[in-house]
Amino acid sequence: MTVVLAEKGWRSLMVTGNHAAAWAVRVARVQVIAAYPITPQTTIVEKIAEFVEKGELKAHYIRVESEHSAMTACIGASAVGARTFTATSAHGLALMHECLWWAAGARLPIVMAVVNRAMGPGWNIWTDYGDTMAQRDLGWIQVYCSDNQEVFDSIIQAYKLCEDHRVMLPCMVDLEAFILSHTYMPVRVPPQDEVDDWLPPYEPAWVLDPEEPITHGNLVFPAHYMEFRYLVKEAMDRVKELLPKVGEDYRRRFGLTGLDFVETYRCEDAELLLLTMGTMGVEARITVDRLRERGLRVGLARVRVFRPFPVEYVRRLAEGVEQMVIIDRHISYGAEGALAMETKWALCALEERPLITSFVAGIGGRDVTYKDMERMVLKAREWMERGEAREGVWYGVKGLELG
Amino acid sequence: MSSGRLTVKDLSREEYLLPGHAACAGCGAAIALKLTLKALGRRTIMVVPACCTSIIQGPWPKTAVAVPLMNIMFEAAAACASGIAAGLKAKGIEDITVLAWAGDGGTYDIGIQALSGAAERGDDILYICYNNQAYMNTGIQRSGATPYGARTTTTPILGKREHQKNMPMIMVAHGISYVATATPAYPFDLVEKVRKARDIEGTRYIEILAPCPPGWRFPANKTIEVGKLAVMSCAFPLWECFWEGNRQVIRLTGPSARIAKVPKLKKPVEQYLALQGRFAGMSEEDVKALQEWIDRSWEHLVKMAEL
Amino acid sequence: MAALRTYRDWPIAPISKPSLGALGLTGSWRTFRPVVDREKCVGCLLCWVYCPDAAIEPDEENKPVINYDYCKGCGICANECPRKAIEMVREGEM
Repeated sequence: MTVVLAEKGWRSLMVTGNHAAAWAVRVARVQVIAAYPITPQTTIVEKIAEFVEKGELKAHYIRVESEHSAMTACIGASAVGARTFTATSAHGLALMHECLWWAAGARLPIVMAVVNRAMGPGWNIWTDYGDTMAQRDLGWIQVYCSDNQEVFDSIIQAYKLCEDHRVMLPCMVDLEAFILSHTYMPVRVPPQDEVDDWLPPYEPAWVLDPEEPITHGNLVFPAHYMEFRYLVKEAMDRVKELLPKVGEDYRRRFGLTGLDFVETYRCEDAELLLLTMGTMGVEARITVDRLRERGLRVGLARVRVFRPFPVEYVRRLAEGVEQMVIIDRHISYGAEGALAMETKWALCALEERPLITSFVAGIGGRDVTYKDMERMVLKAREWMERGEAREGVWYGVKGLELG
Repeated sequence: MSSGRLTVKDLSREEYLLPGHAACAGCGAAIALKLTLKALGRRTIMVVPACCTSIIQGPWPKTAVAVPLMNIMFEAAAACASGIAAGLKAKGIEDITVLAWAGDGGTYDIGIQALSGAAERGDDILYICYNNQAYMNTGIQRSGATPYGARTTTTPILGKREHQKNMPMIMVAHGISYVATATPAYPFDLVEKVRKARDIEGTRYIEILAPCPPGWRFPANKTIEVGKLAVMSCAFPLWECFWEGNRQVIRLTGPSARIAKVPKLKKPVEQYLALQGRFAGMSEEDVKALQEWIDRSWEHLVKMAEL
Repeated sequence: MAALRTYRDWPIAPISKPSLGALGLTGSWRTFRPVVDREKCVGCLLCWVYCPDAAIEPDEENKPVINYDYCKGCGICANECPRKAIEMVREGEM
């Protein structure tokens, strides 16, 4: 077995998720960064500033005056053919909402790191997925990470995937506030020349160039608009096929975490499937092991890519499973968590479906441990035995009994 | 500096705003854009936020503008231009002018933040605000640039109760490399300023008064006449601000320079107001208040030009 | 311009090409048309400078030729001509 640490040009770092993102930006040779600080994303943009000022990353860094301007500046830079990046969280993401529409509709392969943080009021700098889930309609690819290596790897692969002319959609790579953004983990960084070889320079699908003047984005009548949007849908559909290929290629080349839609743990003979995302989706391995010791054949699936939604994967995972327990770190008021809703939507087409129990947990950074997830699964089991499915049950609210 | 030496011969015969565009008959903004692009030439990339010019281009799949143009969100013109400027630098392209072309709404109001940010950073963009003094594209609602007393659809009876912001002076206060005012009624003054701005680095701001027949309520053939009176009454003086060493210098140009030397050339504001339906029926006190504001602003400008 | 029959004919994003007549033949907007008296005209070309629609082209003598396909009849040229060499004539009366 090769001792990778000793390999020439590789770096072995102990870094926070934020710094892992900054390293990815450096190694991906991003050309224009436009960013505005917001807790807990700040150390991403600070690290990048350090790289740029030391000359370790040859990029133009626009220290914009708001997140709206950050995304807009990325749109401008991308439209003239530069590889761009920005990062934000919560309110910053919300502020750039209209720009996100523009970036996707303009078919610009901008990559953005989002440190998932709860929305106010009151101010809350800890994690939940409310910020990015609220942006899931717009045509951005969404990748949710569970460790810092994955953060690093996802950003590099995002450029490769998004800059493919069959895709040309922007991508947000998401990591949880503090749990990943500020926690140190080992991250291996491949040698620059190898990354250069794997990730060639950006070739835009359309560009602003005085030699061939075009206007982008003028008035489009109803007779024409829908077809443009259909092209976005088609591109998003193509991601279903292209993303795992990029992931497999990357994994083979570097031995690091390749992009894929779902990560599974002990699902082969599962009677109950626990479905969740992010770091909960890794902590839950302990839940699975403990429950298996008690005789319950639990399997775990961690959804890594939420857009496009992994419909086929979820359908396959549901086969032969008696019960599914879904835990969302998100709530859509008036409905329930996005992962639960979309999973149910995906399974609608199946004639035989597992009984689904869904929970809302961890809102605003409330801790969700393997013990919490164990309790949720056992409760769900109890309800199933009573013939109840239950949806969108809030777990951990003080004074709210699960019943 | 602007000395009126340019003539018709100096204007490019190349058209960058092609006939058959969607501007209203007599549109001051269209004249301004035509002249601006002739002054800048082909190596220009435009950014246009939501404004009249968004529509003037015409609908997809055609455009009336013959330089590359990025349409962008209302408040974002300066930020997009900053991004384009950075992208071009990243690609080693040095000879393209990045032109942000925005209305008064997208400059004075919703766009002021992005403009101020770009100016503070000194981003290498030419920002031109073509000012028709209201949200004309959405049907003549008042903006921060609407003059005192003017009737708009959101100040329909009483007329605007507040004086307009002095955006060019705000840009002077940012200390950027070049600020100027212009209007198509003095086309050679306009072209000279645009050309000068093109060749300066850093953030440059030009405000072009663009008289609007439907919005200001005057017949379409009076656009230039109204523009001349705006300048001759000092409601919209022509000047520029540039750096000489480490000093900012303000200089009056064209008729405004002449009026400063010969004050009796200045026309009373009533002559300017008389041509425009948006000021019709303005009370005597309001006209007086407007005249006083114009006089004070003019005196202040003249003093700054003497510094 | 490629025919737009199926969505596959659409470009990847809303990208438009510079075209004459982007909104069609805007000359149809006119109620009055400018008529140039070449005797009175001295070829100063101020009308050309001011025309919002570039619907005036200088000929070899530097005198204006009106492009009636696109002239919207705003009348600025007539109003500004220092020699009053342009008259606005009602459409239909010539």
